[in-house]
Formats: sequence, structure tokens, C-alpha cells
Amino acid sequence: MTQQTYIGKPINRLDGLDKVTGKAKYAAEFDTPNLLHGYVVNSTIAKGKIKKINTQDALGLPGVIKVFTHENRPKLAWFDMSYKDQDAPPGSPFRPLRDAKIRYSAQPIALVIAETFELARYAASLVTVEYEEMAHQSDLEANRHRARKPASGMASLLKPPPPKPKGNFEAAFAAAPLQVTGEYVHAVEHHNPMEMFATTVVYEKGRNKSGGKYTVYDKTQGVTNSILYAAQVFDIPFKDIRVISPYVGGGFGSGLRPQYQLFMAMMAARELKRSVKVVLTRQQMFSFGHRPATIQTVALGASAEGDMTALYHSAVGETSQFEDYTEIVVNYGGMLYPPENVTLDHQIVSLDVNTPLDMRAPGGVTGISALECAVDELAFKAGIDPVEFRLKNYTDRDPLADLPYSSKELRECFRQGAERFGWLKRNPEPRSMRDGHNLIGWGMATGIWEASQAAARAEAVLLVNGKLRVSSATADIGTGTYTIMTQIAADTLGMPLEDVTFKLGDTDMPAAPIEGGSWTAATVGTAVKTVCEELAKKLFKLARKMPDSPFASVSFNEVVFVNKMIQLKKDSLMAVALQSVVDSNGGAAVRQISTGLPNMLKQRKYTRSAHSAVFAEVTVDEDLGTVRVTRIVSAVAAGRILNPKTARSQILGGMVWGIGKALEEESVIDHQFGRFMNHSLAEYHVAVNADVHDLDVIFVDEHDDIVNPLGVKGLGEIGLVGVPAAIANAVFHATGKRIRQLPITLDKLL
Amino acid sequence: MNSFAYTRADGVTHAVSERADEPTAAFVAGGTNLIDLMKENVARPTRLIDINRLPLATITDTENGGLRLGALVTNADTAYNKKVAKNYPLLSEAILAGASAQLRNMATDGGNLMQRTRCYYFYDLATPCNKREPGSGCSAINGFNRIHAILGTGTPTGEVQCIATHPSDMCVALAALEATVRVTGPDGDRTIPFAEFHRLPGDTPQLDNTLEAGELITAIDLPANGFSKNYAYLKLRDRASYAFALVSVAAALELEGNTITDARIALGGVAHKPWRRPEVEAMLHGKSVGNDVFQTVADALLDGAQGYGHNTFKLELAKRAIVRALSQAAKLN
Repeated sequence: MTQQTYIGKPINRLDGLDKVTGKAKYAAEFDTPNLLHGYVVNSTIAKGKIKKINTQDALGLPGVIKVFTHENRPKLAWFDMSYKDQDAPPGSPFRPLRDAKIRYSAQPIALVIAETFELARYAASLVTVEYEEMAHQSDLEANRHRARKPASGMASLLKPPPPKPKGNFEAAFAAAPLQVTGEYVHAVEHHNPMEMFATTVVYEKGRNKSGGKYTVYDKTQGVTNSILYAAQVFDIPFKDIRVISPYVGGGFGSGLRPQYQLFMAMMAARELKRSVKVVLTRQQMFSFGHRPATIQTVALGASAEGDMTALYHSAVGETSQFEDYTEIVVNYGGMLYPPENVTLDHQIVSLDVNTPLDMRAPGGVTGISALECAVDELAFKAGIDPVEFRLKNYTDRDPLADLPYSSKELRECFRQGAERFGWLKRNPEPRSMRDGHNLIGWGMATGIWEASQAAARAEAVLLVNGKLRVSSATADIGTGTYTIMTQIAADTLGMPLEDVTFKLGDTDMPAAPIEGGSWTAATVGTAVKTVCEELAKKLFKLARKMPDSPFASVSFNEVVFVNKMIQLKKDSLMAVALQSVVDSNGGAAVRQISTGLPNMLKQRKYTRSAHSAVFAEVTVDEDLGTVRVTRIVSAVAAGRILNPKTARSQILGGMVWGIGKALEEESVIDHQFGRFMNHSLAEYHVAVNADVHDLDVIFVDEHDDIVNPLGVKGLGEIGLVGVPAAIANAVFHATGKRIRQLPITLDKLL
Repeated sequence: MNSFAYTRADGVTHAVSERADEPTAAFVAGGTNLIDLMKENVARPTRLIDINRLPLATITDTENGGLRLGALVTNADTAYNKKVAKNYPLLSEAILAGASAQLRNMATDGGNLMQRTRCYYFYDLATPCNKREPGSGCSAINGFNRIHAILGTGTPTGEVQCIATHPSDMCVALAALEATVRVTGPDGDRTIPFAEFHRLPGDTPQLDNTLEAGELITAIDLPANGFSKNYAYLKLRDRASYAFALVSVAAALELEGNTITDARIALGGVAHKPWRRPEVEAMLHGKSVGNDVFQTVADALLDGAQGYGHNTFKLELAKRAIVRALSQAAKLN
């Protein structure tokens, strides 16, 4: 009998049934007797000081327990270091209720604690605040003259600043027969996952130093991040606190940093020695991090034949007054294209806004959306088809780092994507294709995203009933982590899927880093594979010691794990069931904890990236400016695809996001108030079903044994990166208008 | 959100008298807008008078050949009602262009008339708003006014006080169809022509409509002519569904051959109420259908329009939308 394997198969999402039947519990849904509810009051001004905060009306309501403000908040950790989290940029992290100072509009300034949520919310409406207002700055364009280099810190390791100039851009550009220059302006966006941020702290009395034990149900993309923050800020030893987050209703980066509801719920629980729940409202989802507004300039030069010779890409992004948020925006042109003369620059401007926060394909989708439009423009100027132009300027090495790619099947992405889309039938002339009032446009773009890997730990236990339980304190933000980790574990130990359980999201489990940057499949996947391999060795040792073991004189290399058995490779009849192995372990489960580490020595010799080619079709009403994205084909080369079904879903999600980013998403700040005004899902537009038409995903075969032992590159970002540029290029092809401001709303096309 | 009391009304008279006893109470039916406003602390009724059990949920024929839409018929049931869909397709299409399927299942026809503006500032207590708090100022005039009005914002003193729009799609069609609103109040029953139901902001922008204190909408009467042959509802918005109109146009024509004998044009998304100019519509009478005459009418309809920055594009967009809608109604394309 051949062993069934699972990696590469379209396995249904293992947590799907629990999610659609309501069995899966999210942070706000955990309950405990005598639970108190907190409601946050946010500032109405962008900059200044609280002169007076009146809480007596709120406190006068029966059932209101306490109102925390900067005046009565408990003593907390003193140093910034204690407030730093795994995704903290250089600077001084925001501390809720620290002092009377208002640093941005909608800053949390009080927490009302009451017996019910409704009462807390009502009481919060009775809290009045007198401010001393100061003039604020929230307009990036008006403040771009203050742009400066960001400070560097730990975050710079993952987000290195642009490299030094190469060659002589000015001279090469001036000499280039073909030139394009453009300024690209992108709006602020908010993550807006479906699940509201929430923390439920279940408190148990105790005589320990921290006053008891805390079980914290938190919405987060990393329980390890939450526990470090809570333990340090509130001076609670790790043994007295546990953070649990089994399900996350969407993250997109918003959960990469502990949000203020965690601080608020922990503070109240510790002070009141009660269990406390704090849930944010949709409006409050606009009161923390966001994708920064950016202004970019791209200038490209090429020979008359269309060979790129000069590349300039600069970006100015916004940040807060207290942290230097950065992202990699401008490096990608240097990685994708061969010009010898390259200048890249990234600067930031401090404004009276909250610190921006990594949001799906942070930096990447921003930079690529500008760069790939500029490349399209250059191809058009050269009179060369956009795909041909990219093939002409293709690089097998990363020119920026001067390293080979560990693998790069982008050429194949172009080929397969173009074929599926029918690209050859494209008339290159803008405004050449129409259907009644509608102009039809076809555009394409390249996508790229780093294939990263970090260290993570995992535990594997062969239970006394012969089943396997694997765990790691990672997160599944809807990407399919539960499913793919179960597949990896099942294949590594030769077990059927139904005998394997993967658990995550609990700080009692071995540590894993925050789930972001498309690195979880590689990072936790490697840990799971490693721990299962090491458990296999342990089981083999036990099997050898069993009475009459067929493996007495056999080495580990001579056996395989299949069908819940350890089998001799050359004689499948020589086998021991895993159940017998665990039975022989004196009635105890067999347990292994291991660390999966990136092989830096191997990896550092290569640039490791996923790539994509995106083809989009739009219709644009010539008179009315309305844009519809009628088709998108995305051909993705991202190494090994562990599960084509969950993988496809991730890419589809990225494509839908790309439609929203290209045409709809914009958090509008009113500079009169320095405040985001469209803070609801009715007015902040993400793509809805009616905006989404034919989406087609192709996974191009790509073998890579350098990125990690599984050969996976991650899919969280690559599905989005090239989509907005492909749509913008299609809009150009339809209308002849080059719109360099996202989102492309209909008024820009009138 | 405020604490509030709750009464379930068991008849129209009961509902009206409850409201008369407590002027700070509010009627609630589908609640799709009121509950949101309460959560945001914009609406603070001391009591909700639940009218969902009143016998106002049927669609019946009227004596003069029209239809009577009970105030509690849901938007979805109205849009999909066979007689409405056949004789008043303009109304069906307008309803289905609004909100989402889930909201249309809850929202009632009476409530649709009563929904309040979607002005960002009206919803955010941190900012001044003359509609929410008369005299506090209008933040939208110098602020983010993409979805705001370009018509009918004048005041007796000349100082613009409010540039909010009425957000309904259904009401734009009802305005074009010249429906009648039936209400019951402490002083008895009366009817209000649709054109007089909603009002322009003037210097009392807190008032959306001409209902007297304590009046309850019981029905909306549609006249016999539903313009079912030559009509169009065109809605332009920032995404294909679940977005309020930047500009919408309800166009209805009576044609004899190519000659226009009657015309109705109502605009949404451009004013504090569905925007109509009967004297401009009359310019079409006796004319042959054609884009030139439609353009003339579009220009006239936008006469006096003023942009405030973010919404200035609506001046041109509205004209193009009118031409397109009329040309669709005339089946020119």
C-alpha cells in the first residue's frame, strides 16, 4: 500500500467548519463570571493637552466601577524599552494614559469600566474633556519640505534603508533617449479586518507578587508579542500570565503590534483584581496604525532600443511625532531591473498622527504600484509591448545586492499569465478597444516580495492513543496555518491527516514570532518539519529497544515513516506500528520540542523572493469615469505550494485587496481637525462582491532548496503587490490617461 | 449610546399618542439608520416606540389606479413586489441600487424617507455640525465634502449653513414619480406631496423634512402613471454596491413616437432633498429625443450649482449622468 501524502494537495481548511458554525471563538467571545467591561474614550483633537477631564457624571451611574485616566492610572514600567514590541519602529512607543498630552486625534484618553458593555459605553459618553489645543500638522504634501532620513534601530534589520547610489543616475538619465518622470501619491489606508480588536483578561486571585494569574484572550498576530508587552509593562512574571489567541478574524498587519485594548484590559484587571473585557468599535479601528500616505517620484531612462539605463525612485512617507515608521518602498526597481545607474531614497515626515503600521505588502505594494506604472510608461514610449519590455530588461541576478536569486521563475509567470489572459490579442494603442460607452483596457505589472524565514519553536507529541499533536505559538490569521502545518506534520511522520492535530495561538506552547511578512509557512513550517523529524528519531530509538525489534541492527537512514508505522525501506514487511512504540514507552506519550532555524550560511549567498505577473482588464465608462475590473490573471512563482486551495484563496484575497487599493481605499484625513473622517465601513470603501469579477490564479512550478527545507516562499503579500499597478496600467490603456494618484476614483477620469 | 425606554405600539393611535406624551421619543421600525445614530450618540431618544406590529405592511391598490405602499413594507418586499416591478420599475431599480440586500430586508419604506444624511461630520461628535448641533458651524464646507451637496444650499442671509445630502435612492424615484406621503399626527391625518416632504437646509438644517411634531408616516401613495416604458435610474458611486450616490438620476419620459410629451428628472446625491425643477422638465415637452436637447436640460438643471472643492467634480458628472439617464430612458443606446 502506498502512503497517502498531503503536501501539495488541496486539503480543505481544517478550521473551516468551526468558523462557519460559530464554534471558533474569538478574543471578544470568551466569557467568565463577574466579567467587567471597558469602553475607551478617544481624544477629539489632534494636538494639545488635556486641561480637565470630568468623570463624575460617569462615575455617578450605578454599575460604573471606575474611570481610568492619565490622572489616576497606576504606576507602570518607566522605560521605553518595556513598551517595545516585535514590530516596534525606532522611537518612543505610544503609552496609553501616560500623561495629559494629546499626540494624535482619536488617541485613547480614558477607560470606563462598568458591569455591562452598554453601561460602559453610555458612561463613556458622559466623560467630558477640556483641552488646550495646539496647532497640528497632518498634511504630508504641505510638510514634505521637512522630509528627513528615518532613525535606524532593530527594525532596520528587517527593513534595511535603500543602498547607496550606483553609477551616475543624473548623467545617465540626461543622456537617455527615452525618459519618463512621474510623481505618485497614495492615500492612507486602514487595515479594517472583520474582527474588531478585543482583549478578555480572565483574572484568578493569588497571593503572588503580581496579585494573581492572568489568562489573556487577545486579538493579535502573535501571542508571544502580546505576552512580552503585557509582562514588561505591568511587571508580571511569565509564569503568572498566559496569552491565548486561537482564531484571528483577519489581521493584514494590524495585529503585528499590541493594540491599546490589551493595555487597557490588563491595566484594569490588575488594578481592580477582576476579569475585564475591552472591545473596540469599528470607529476605533481607525484610531491606531495605518498604511502611511506617501509621495513618490520615479524617473527612468532607457536607450532608444528600450534598454533601461537609469533608475531613480524616491519616497516620502508620513510617521508620528514619536516613532520613525519605515518600510521598504524604493528598493524593488533595483532588484528587478538592470540599469547601471541607480539612485534610491526613502524619507519620512513627522506629523501629528499615530505611527503607521505594516499593512499587507507594506512598502512593496506602495513602491511597485509607482515603479510598475513608470515601467509601463517607458515601454509605451519605447513602442514595445509591456511584457516584451520586461523580458528585454529581465535580470537573473539581483543587481542591487549583486547576488543570484535562489530561484526566479518570473519569465514563466509572464509566459503562462499572458497565455491565460490572451495578451497576444492586445492592440497596443490606448483607447483602441471599446464596447459601447465603455473603453476597454489591458494592463500588466510585475510583483515581487521577499521570501523570509525566522526562527521558531514547535512541539510534537505522539500521544498514548497513537495520534500526533503538534503545536507552536504562532497565529492563523485566516491564511491556512492550521491546515498546512497539519499537512507538513502528517507527511513527515507518515500519518493520516485525521490522526494529526496542530494547535497554535497559546503562550504555553513553544514560541514563534509574529505572523507577518509572508514568513509563517517558511518559519513555523520548518519548525514543524524539524520537530517531527526529531520526534521520528526518538521514536526510532524506542522502536529499536523494543523486544524482538526488527530494527535492532538498522540505522535511522534505512527506515521510513509510513501508514502510522516505521518501516524498513527495503522490506516493507519489516515494520513497527507507532502505536506499539508509544505503548512500549511505559504508558507515556513521546514528546519532542525543537527549533527551526534559517540556514543563514546558505541563504545569505542569494536573494530570495517570490514573483508574480499580473494581467488586468478594465472597462472605463468614457463619459462617467466609472471603472470596473472585469478580469485579473495572476501568475505566481512562490516556491512550493503546500496547499493549492488555501494558497489560491490567499492570492484571490490579495487580488480583491488590489482592486480596493487601486480604485477605492482611502482614509481621508480632514486637516482642519487632523482627523480621519470616513471611519466606518459604509464610508471607507473596500471592494465588495459586486466589484469582483473574473479572478484567475496560476501557480508556476518553482523549485527552491535554498529558501528553507520546505522550499516555500510565502503567499501573504505577493497576491497583492502587482495588482494595483496592473489595474492602473489597464486604465491608461483604456483611456490614454495616466493616473498617478491612488485610489483612481471616477472624478480623476472625467 | 444613551439609555432609553422601550414601548411596543399596538396601533397607530397608540404610537402617535405615546410620541405626543414624550416629544423626545422616536419611532423605530427597521432601525437600520436610527440604531447606528444612537450608537454614535448622534440620536439620543429617551424612548423607542416600536411600530413594527402596526398593520402598515401591505401594498394595496388605490382608487385612482395607483398603489399604496404601507410604511412598514420592507424595501426588499417593495422592490420585488410584482405590481411595483411591473408598473413602477423605476422605483424597483432605485431601491435595489441602494444599501445592501441585508439592509433592504430590514429597512422599511417609511424609514427610507426618514434616513438621515451620511455627512461624515454629522456622524462624528468631535466635529462641529449645524445639522446635529445648530449654530456650531458646518465642518464640511471647508472640509472633506466629496459626497456633499452642490445645489440648494442657499440661505436667506446668504451664509451657507449645511451642505449635507439626503442619501436615499428610493426617494429620488418617489420624487420623480410624484408620490404622496400619508401621515397621522396628534391632529389627525394629512397627505404631503413628495416634493414638499423633504426640505432644503436654509437656516434650519437640523430639519430634514416637513413633518409636524409627532407625525407618523403610514403610507406612500404612488400615482397611476409609473412611466414603466421609458425610464432609467442611474447611480454613480465609488464602488459597485453598498455605497451612497455621488450623483444619481431618476429619469422618466412619456413618448409619442420620438416626441416627448411628459418628462420627470430627479437627482440624488446633489442636494438636501431629491432635486427637481419642473420648469426645466417642461423644456422637454414637445421636443424630439436627442442628446443635444438632453444636454440643454442638464445644463439648466445644474443652473446655480456650486462646488466646495472635493465635490466640484459633481457639477460636470451630474450633467453627464442626466444626459446618459435620459438617453437610456429614451432607449437611444
